[in-house]
Amino acid sequence: MNSIYVDNNATTKVDPKVLDAILPYFSELYGNPSSMHSFGGSNGQKIRQAREKLAALINALPDEIVFTSCGTESDNTAIMAAVNSLPEKKHIITTRVEHPAVKNMFEHLAQNNFNVTFVPVDKRGRLDLQYLYDKLSDDTAVVSIMWANNETGVVFPIEEISQVLSKKGIVFHTDAVQAAGKVPIDVKKAKVDMLSLSGHKFHAPKGIGALYVRKGTRFSPYLIGGHQEKGRRGGTENVASIIGMGEAGRLALEELDETSRQMAKLRDKLENELLRRVPRSIVNGDTANRLPGTTNISFEFVEGEAILLMLNEFGICASSGSACTSGSLEPSHVLRAMGVPYTAAHGSIRFSLSKYNTEEEIDYIIEKLPPIIERLRNMSPFWKEAS
Amino acid sequence: MWQVVNRYFLLGQAVLKALNIFYCFDSDHAVVKRSVVKTIRGERKIMWEYTGKVKEHFMNPRNVGVIEDADGIGEVGSLACGDALKLTFKLGEEEKIIDAQFQTFGCASAIASSSALTEMIKGITLDEASKITNDDIAQYLGGLPKEKMHCSVMGRDALEKAIAFYRGEPYEKAEGEIVCECFGVTDLEIQRAVQENQLLSIEDVTDYVKAGGGCENCHDKISTIIDQATEDKRPENKKAPAMTNIQKIRLIEDVIDSEIKPALKKDGGDIELIDLDGDAVIVKLRGSCANCKTSQVTLKNFIETKIRELVSPDLIVKEENSDEFNIC
Repeated sequence: MNSIYVDNNATTKVDPKVLDAILPYFSELYGNPSSMHSFGGSNGQKIRQAREKLAALINALPDEIVFTSCGTESDNTAIMAAVNSLPEKKHIITTRVEHPAVKNMFEHLAQNNFNVTFVPVDKRGRLDLQYLYDKLSDDTAVVSIMWANNETGVVFPIEEISQVLSKKGIVFHTDAVQAAGKVPIDVKKAKVDMLSLSGHKFHAPKGIGALYVRKGTRFSPYLIGGHQEKGRRGGTENVASIIGMGEAGRLALEELDETSRQMAKLRDKLENELLRRVPRSIVNGDTANRLPGTTNISFEFVEGEAILLMLNEFGICASSGSACTSGSLEPSHVLRAMGVPYTAAHGSIRFSLSKYNTEEEIDYIIEKLPPIIERLRNMSPFWKEAS
Repeated sequence: MWQVVNRYFLLGQAVLKALNIFYCFDSDHAVVKRSVVKTIRGERKIMWEYTGKVKEHFMNPRNVGVIEDADGIGEVGSLACGDALKLTFKLGEEEKIIDAQFQTFGCASAIASSSALTEMIKGITLDEASKITNDDIAQYLGGLPKEKMHCSVMGRDALEKAIAFYRGEPYEKAEGEIVCECFGVTDLEIQRAVQENQLLSIEDVTDYVKAGGGCENCHDKISTIIDQATEDKRPENKKAPAMTNIQKIRLIEDVIDSEIKPALKKDGGDIELIDLDGDAVIVKLRGSCANCKTSQVTLKNFIETKIRELVSPDLIVKEENSDEFNIC
């Protein structure tokens, strides 16, 4: 049975063109780019090209790109660089709906004498900007706000926020891991100081990330080691994956308009048809400002893990914000921050598309999912009363 | 091999040490430790670790529905908690359960546990049914992931409630005092889970009855309950709680799977439990440990320590055909 993969916010397939580009660097071209001999040194040239390509994706300068091992490392590096370079400032701000890479780092800092503000969101997942602006003070070391939410796809007004923060001279980091390759990113317009990227979210391999650091931003490395990445990140370069991330960045930029249009079209069809066919289903998140391929739908009175397992029987791969799948006993912190009632939060399913999804696949999901919900509802003690 | 195990130990100690230092820095904030635990917990992926039987009962649940003129009705859980079960049964002559049906809102293991429960109680008497434990339900399904044991507890609770309903007795839960506000769990429920399942940590309690899995404000109270339950046991029985051989074997298997195998696998080795002969745990080593002369040392120092610590201090570990040692 072929898989229908609609879990692309979790990870994506490596683009065959990317794979072709990186394979030689696992076999014959294994040199260390730091070496004096041209066998290794020529790989340095390849890394420079990859850096240029990735910089172009977000309209940055190549020197402003630091390659890391993943999105989490980029997020951790950015936050620690900000607080370490401003040791007298003890106030840091983020949102209540961040990815764990940011959220848990802030919680960790909260236990180490930092005063943390978590900016709330409304029931559609939109940021309370006034709350954010009211909390800014001279003591604020860094503000970290994701570009787009991984669970709901809601896109935050980073450009607008950056204008306020840059005027006040407050360091602004954004986790753009979910946004890159799906919506245009231009760091000349959105004046963020640091921006995190992850390769495997846009068809590069896993294990490669990048951090954009605006020229002139005070920075301290997170991994202390050799001179690699101009001393901003020690460790021998992951040559193959860096080349892959560069190539994936190039393709993402080239295909952005077309793929985002195609993903949005298929996502809208999936969403509209499921809402039409399944009673008591609700979309979580601001549909007006959303990533093109993401939809998060709650099917009331059923539990997400049960839905996922039954979808799995049909080869359909999605994810859920339910308690059972979040690894804890409570549903996703994002849905709770939005005030999604428990009746709905436990039954939330996230579908996230990529350029590889086809209309046939979407039709298949539309055919298979409604009977699953019906079956589980007929098993549920709450359904009869509710309906 | 020994070096690897030793390294594993040293690494573990280093990690513990690091954490201890970390805690010391934050000794004012008892929360630190918990949040670290919670973070680690959040990383665990448990979804697909179901037995074939769980999956089968989930995909083809038996006895779904509600018996209209039921003799016993037990409803437990809630939408907010993420799982709920309504159990109904019908009695025949001599209090024999002739029909049982369920409705469940919840994950795959909640549905499978409910389905299993109805199958288990059909055809037995009320007295027999009242002796069913949550562990029996889990065992019927070939075991449940530890994090899902609360599903089996929910089944047992529904059964007890339905029996109490039939007998017109008050349900025990009402008499307890709520400890966990998030999931509405009482001290009596926690006490019982701790005693029946030999739970040792807050995390265990959360896995079995959900208590402590939300805001974590009740963690101190849960700790106290665990401590009391452990102390209660000590004076009357200094040794580990008396276990049947089956329970012992099961526990040894758990310890081997979760504590010993991962360490051996780092060096390409593996271990299999062959038998339990009195207090002797007979194991077979495979892979790179199998032909290693130092494996005797490994056995004594590592496996036995673990098994004694986590199962029973009386146990000794022996290797099957232990006279045939080659040199690595």
